[in-house]
Amino acid sequence: MAMDQVSTAHDDHAHDHKPGFFARWFLSTNHKDIGTLYLVFALCAGIVGYTLSGLIRWELAQPGIGPLTGLMEMFGYQGDQAIEHAKHFYNVVITYHGLIMIFFMVMPALIGGFGNWFVPLMIGAPDMAFPRMNNISFWLTVAAFIMACVSMLIPGTGQFLGFGGGWVLYPPLSSTTGHPGPSMDLLILSLHTAGIASILGAINFIVTILNMRAPGMTLHKMPLFAWSVLVTAVLLLLALPVLAGALTMLLTDRNFGSQFFDPSGGGDPIMFQHLFWFFGHPEVYIMILPAFGIISHIVSTFSKKPVFGYLGMAYAMVSIGAIGFIVWAHHMYTVGMPSDMKAYFVAATMVIAVPTGIKIFSWIATMWGGSIDFEVPMVWAIGFIFLFTVGGVTGVVLANAGIDHVLHDTYYVVAHFHYVLSLGAVFGLFAGWYYWFEKMFGVKYNKTIGYAHFWTMFIGSNLLFFPQHFLGLNGMPRRYIDYADGFATWHFWSSIGYAVTLVATAIFFIGVIEAAIRRRKGVGNPWGEGATTLEWTLPSPPPFHQFNELPEVKPESHH
Amino acid sequence: MAHDEVKHDYHLVNPSPWPLLGSMSMIVLALGAVTYMKGLFGMPEGTWWLLALGFVSIIYVMFGWWREVIKEGRAGDHTPVVSIGLRYGMILFIASEVMFFVAWFWSFFEFAIFHGVRTGATFDATNPLYQEALSRFAEWPPAGVEVFDPFHLPLMNTLVLLLSGTTVTAAHHALQHDNRKTAILMLAITIILGISFTGLQVLEYTHAGFSYDGTLYGSAFFMATGFHGAHVVIGTIFLTVCLIRLMSGGMSAKKHLGFEFAAWYWHFVDVVWLFLFAFVYVIPYIVMGH
Repeated sequence: MAMDQVSTAHDDHAHDHKPGFFARWFLSTNHKDIGTLYLVFALCAGIVGYTLSGLIRWELAQPGIGPLTGLMEMFGYQGDQAIEHAKHFYNVVITYHGLIMIFFMVMPALIGGFGNWFVPLMIGAPDMAFPRMNNISFWLTVAAFIMACVSMLIPGTGQFLGFGGGWVLYPPLSSTTGHPGPSMDLLILSLHTAGIASILGAINFIVTILNMRAPGMTLHKMPLFAWSVLVTAVLLLLALPVLAGALTMLLTDRNFGSQFFDPSGGGDPIMFQHLFWFFGHPEVYIMILPAFGIISHIVSTFSKKPVFGYLGMAYAMVSIGAIGFIVWAHHMYTVGMPSDMKAYFVAATMVIAVPTGIKIFSWIATMWGGSIDFEVPMVWAIGFIFLFTVGGVTGVVLANAGIDHVLHDTYYVVAHFHYVLSLGAVFGLFAGWYYWFEKMFGVKYNKTIGYAHFWTMFIGSNLLFFPQHFLGLNGMPRRYIDYADGFATWHFWSSIGYAVTLVATAIFFIGVIEAAIRRRKGVGNPWGEGATTLEWTLPSPPPFHQFNELPEVKPESHH
Repeated sequence: MAHDEVKHDYHLVNPSPWPLLGSMSMIVLALGAVTYMKGLFGMPEGTWWLLALGFVSIIYVMFGWWREVIKEGRAGDHTPVVSIGLRYGMILFIASEVMFFVAWFWSFFEFAIFHGVRTGATFDATNPLYQEALSRFAEWPPAGVEVFDPFHLPLMNTLVLLLSGTTVTAAHHALQHDNRKTAILMLAITIILGISFTGLQVLEYTHAGFSYDGTLYGSAFFMATGFHGAHVVIGTIFLTVCLIRLMSGGMSAKKHLGFEFAAWYWHFVDVVWLFLFAFVYVIPYIVMGH
């Protein structure tokens, strides 16, 4: 809808009644403040997760077990002891890197951060439906992160600290056979807590979107980011409880003698994998769908055209979400499932390429014939479209059960999911960051720094992950601290890629600090005619409570 | 200034300590649970006070939080549009609970249907280790497991729970017609039936021919029925709170969201039980040739 159709415009901050510091940031019931808290939290957790990936690339830069042994020697272990500890520590690092990046970086940033900030603004609502429950979603996520960090430091198995069985938590590695110590128990409870937080958040988003849209904003006029969060929230609501069930069974297997996943009692470890991936596959769409929403707005804004095929875009996300529930076992082709079952999961998985293709081509069609501004968010968005497509097509390759028998648990898989997450979801995250930075914080960032951040990140992350395709095709397995000399070249370049992303991250922080120091006053709508959603009708930053008088969306207007 | 006036019916909530306190309690509860199960930070396994502390503080937070919600409801914050939102919220919460039970049913079905595939086809049948497993789990429920006669105590329990479903509906109708006396009576009967169900379930558990930690059947059986039982207890507490509010004159014929939600929750617990009765009690019993 165009801005002149909106009846409210606030630019007077003097009447905002903000609570005091402690009440505002610790007892908050304000969607924008909670969104900011989520973003700050995701940044902190992201630094932890990113440091862990640094340890991985440091160790894998050369064949042999080196840097981590040195680290263990610093902690007082000697000789073989140091090597054994380094091996377990490596497993712990890859496990927590995955869990932290998924549960405490991408999800809090995209859903908690941008979702909280912009879903109410875009649909013309004064706040979320349940502002107080919104805050417990945030603080439970923090609690879960604290538990996860503590679990890294308490006994996992024998003398080794932390859980090192991979983020997928498969038994028997995660049962008492693999990790009898308290670490795994605390990790289970941490994920339970993160799950409760996400379910409550999901309920909040669904109710907000269904019940609090501005007068005249029908579902088919709702901005695509709100659509993406709606689908994401439904996936969270239906997928997370199943993970909770699997984790509970694991917990009682470990502590109360049940035998769900213990073959010696007739139980079935594969059952855990089914339950886990019934959650885990929707989870990957949970991470990417909000990025889809962000990219749609950015591409439309800077092409100065409405998004191509709006309804197709919305229902493509709905069908990705729906089909996402019936493809889970493509993560488990090698467990010994019957061929018929594989054939089904191959076919169902490939079907997802159709709605995903609709999205990619609609973004391109939106740009087609547009007068494109290559602003910082737009280059991130174009980078996203390109790199997500690369990750998407390797996904189609891996969807084939026959090929997957060769590539399962190799670096090809690692490269695939980092292209869709680390270069997909994270690029979407940075695109959103630069798109809404001025809106959220009321100051402008330095565009040169923004471009420098993009290009170093683009080069660095591609150098980091592209060679991993070659490693995987040559048979380099995942989750090993050491490798044969033949893999050394590409591992070396991959680690150099990490170093480049380190520079990119430094540039990112320089950009934030520069903007904080210079404080160039932002405007309500820096992007001009292309930015048509409701958040651009408000000043930057928006008042503490916006839309005291609800905006009206006229019937003839379109998204 | 004019624009400072709030011209919408949504509920903007004041800052609240409960979310932060609840999350801190959650950390205490989790660390307490791990300490109890495994021993942590120098405290031996079986240390229970930290777990108890976490549990009590969570209960305290729930109490404080919901007391505030009830106060806000009385103050008129639950306008028609907010009430619709609360209804959506409760429906979605129940939907997530349904998916929680999907996990138990899924594992129960998997063990019931595919036990032969696991013990026979995918394992090396000549290996003596698996020979034993094969003989023990060639059938479901596994040999040696004596399942309940579903048409004995379980059927009785089914009737108790179904009856409680009708009495809670009767209470709701009475409340809608502002017949508070009948509403209170019917609700009280519902609660008594709920407690009876739990009591009968405990009685049944003590007579089980299998145990939680002994057999896979026991694990799957007690997990599914046990979580259902926990939900019955929660639902009973929920209804009891409604009864107390009703007796102190707290709800009206037109507005009684808390009561509606308790009733929905109770019906959800009811429906889950019907599935449990059919698939966990009756079918294995018939399959075993009774």
